Amino acid sequence: MRTRAAKRTRATAAAALGTVLLLSGCSGTDPADEPMRYLSLAWQTQSVEANKRLVEEWNEANPDRPVQYVQGSWDNVNDQLVTAFEGGDPPDIIHNESPALTSFQYRNYLADLSGDLPESLRSDIKDEAWQTVTIDGEVVGVPLLQEPQVLIANADILKEAGVRIPTSEKPWTWDEFAEISKELTVPGERHAVAWPLDNAVNRMLNLSLNYGGTFFDIGADHKVTVKVGDEEREVVRRIHDQLYKDGTAARAAVGMTASDPLPGFYAGKYAMVQGGVYTRQQVTEQAPDGFEWVMLPPLVGDSAAQGATSQTLSVAAESPHREDAADFISFLAEPENQVDLALGDWLLPTSQEALKAPELTTAKNQWDVATAASDNLEPAPYLQVAGFDEWKTRVAQPALQEYFGNRISIDELARRLEEDGNVVMARYETK
Amino acid sequence: MASMSVRRTAARTGQYLALLCYLVFLAAPLLWLVSTALKTPQEMARLDPTWIPLAPTLGNFAEAFGEQDLIGAAERSLLVALASAVLTVAIALPASYVLARYKSVLNRIALGWVLVSQVFPFILVIIALFMILRQFGLVNSLVGLVIVHATFCLPFVLWMLQGYVRGIPRGLEEAAAVDGAGRWRTLASVVAPLLAPGTAAALMFAFISSWNEFLFALILIKDPEIQTLPLVLVSFTGPEGVARLGPLAAASLLATVPSLLFFAFIQRQFKGGLVDGAVKG
Repeated sequence: MRTRAAKRTRATAAAALGTVLLLSGCSGTDPADEPMRYLSLAWQTQSVEANKRLVEEWNEANPDRPVQYVQGSWDNVNDQLVTAFEGGDPPDIIHNESPALTSFQYRNYLADLSGDLPESLRSDIKDEAWQTVTIDGEVVGVPLLQEPQVLIANADILKEAGVRIPTSEKPWTWDEFAEISKELTVPGERHAVAWPLDNAVNRMLNLSLNYGGTFFDIGADHKVTVKVGDEEREVVRRIHDQLYKDGTAARAAVGMTASDPLPGFYAGKYAMVQGGVYTRQQVTEQAPDGFEWVMLPPLVGDSAAQGATSQTLSVAAESPHREDAADFISFLAEPENQVDLALGDWLLPTSQEALKAPELTTAKNQWDVATAASDNLEPAPYLQVAGFDEWKTRVAQPALQEYFGNRISIDELARRLEEDGNVVMARYETK
Repeated sequence: MASMSVRRTAARTGQYLALLCYLVFLAAPLLWLVSTALKTPQEMARLDPTWIPLAPTLGNFAEAFGEQDLIGAAERSLLVALASAVLTVAIALPASYVLARYKSVLNRIALGWVLVSQVFPFILVIIALFMILRQFGLVNSLVGLVIVHATFCLPFVLWMLQGYVRGIPRGLEEAAAVDGAGRWRTLASVVAPLLAPGTAAALMFAFISSWNEFLFALILIKDPEIQTLPLVLVSFTGPEGVARLGPLAAASLLATVPSLLFFAFIQRQFKGGLVDGAVKG
């Protein structure tokens, strides 16, 4: 009996030891000896493939400074990064979007790449795009991909209604859009447009540039003040009118995220949906056979200007591989590589050379319309605002939801954005 | 007599119907997951969704398994979850016995602390935890992840098990002592078998908590070669709530299988009434 029990004990101990050794075998090593870690947020199949292929290509050409592809997720990347930065172990190369960079730079997490990028790259990307990653004179990333806001329409419904189809040369104005929306609406059956407004702060701010709305005044002393004047009110008021005055926009879409209205769009309940240019990918994949769609160029107010944010590549200030990481980013940002990445994500490259590529100027999948829209992109004013993230989540998001839910007036919206917003801004005044 | 029989049959039918409704309610999310995993992107975007796919496809599975190392991630998750569950219960069992059986100020403080520790959101401690683990070389290590999972599971499991221990009448242990059993013999032959359902429940809880855990894994694991399953699943989601639903459903289906198997394996331990009538009075 005792022998059997002893054997069993030994076997259990061996199994436990084996498990510990197996698990321990997975432990990390000294960061300086590790390859550069590239935290990528690519999530669409083509985009993931393009990223992994480019990493392989780099590793073949640079075996002495390899890059390791690490898959991240848009949903929680900033929590992940803050912990990694504070813990002193961030990824070397960071894929993110420009609005997030301001708060990271506020804490000195990112390297200034001003002196590390080749002139060919600097001149290939427009100044407007560089401005989205330039904070307090420091270049804290390379802008890679951009996303204009557009409308995607059911082509058959537009044809039946006999309305003018807008072109990049002659887009719809907001007034024209409001009038045409009335023609496209069939009470009880179809709304002209679905505005998915669940998480709409960035989009509203970007579109508000159509009327010169910037929402933030940045003084010479870098003091930031929130302001909501006539220019800032114009776009949100027009959307609110469509929802509650004209009845041309679907109220059901107010609480929807970007892709939620698409089933209704395919079923003909909405003649148009608003979204980014990447929405085309979902439409081509999901739309029923025979469904004809068309992407409409951005709407025009006082101008067609839209605030632009960029998907970016940055280097962690603490990275022991800073120069190599900057070289890798320059490699990814080469025009032909940007074309691959843009095609994978259905977004627009920042490289002017890449924008001329035949794949991005073809009429297939409306790439020509998307590419033409890049001319209207201007750096979003909020990119320079250190407290923007907090203002967005604690003040603007709930206030806009209440406004679009018709629970507060536009004056109350403006009051909250300004008064509550300025309390937030005051906390970020000294760096 | 006949009317009583009819009434009994009607009551029984009603009971079964209620049970059926409850089963459907419980199974619906899983069935929907299966249905979604087998649908084409076009069918998923229909305004009137169907339970049974009109044109079933395995494309989502091919895409999910082709793109990510789901099997490897599932193996690592299994290893971490099993190790965490065993470690948690191994610590909690003796600790819960001591807490339940020995009355002292220290025990009361310990129990109070266990409760208070549940008040703090995990996110509050994450940076400090990351720095401590880094000092011990446990960041980017499955050992570190097991320790963290066990640590955060321990208070609840401890609380749960000490409740089970309290449910075992002291008289049984005293009777064993009167019969000549020593302390260890009493624990092994009397207490441990009676604690089996509680231990099984604790193992199940610790296993599922670790299997599903995302935040700590996200923060601690850097190397894609040792990512656990929740980290791989999230790669099918994009910005603004957009997700690749088909591959995500296919991969999520894989994620539910080990929990179901583990539950099937230990469910025989879940039985009540073991101590009913064990002592008089």
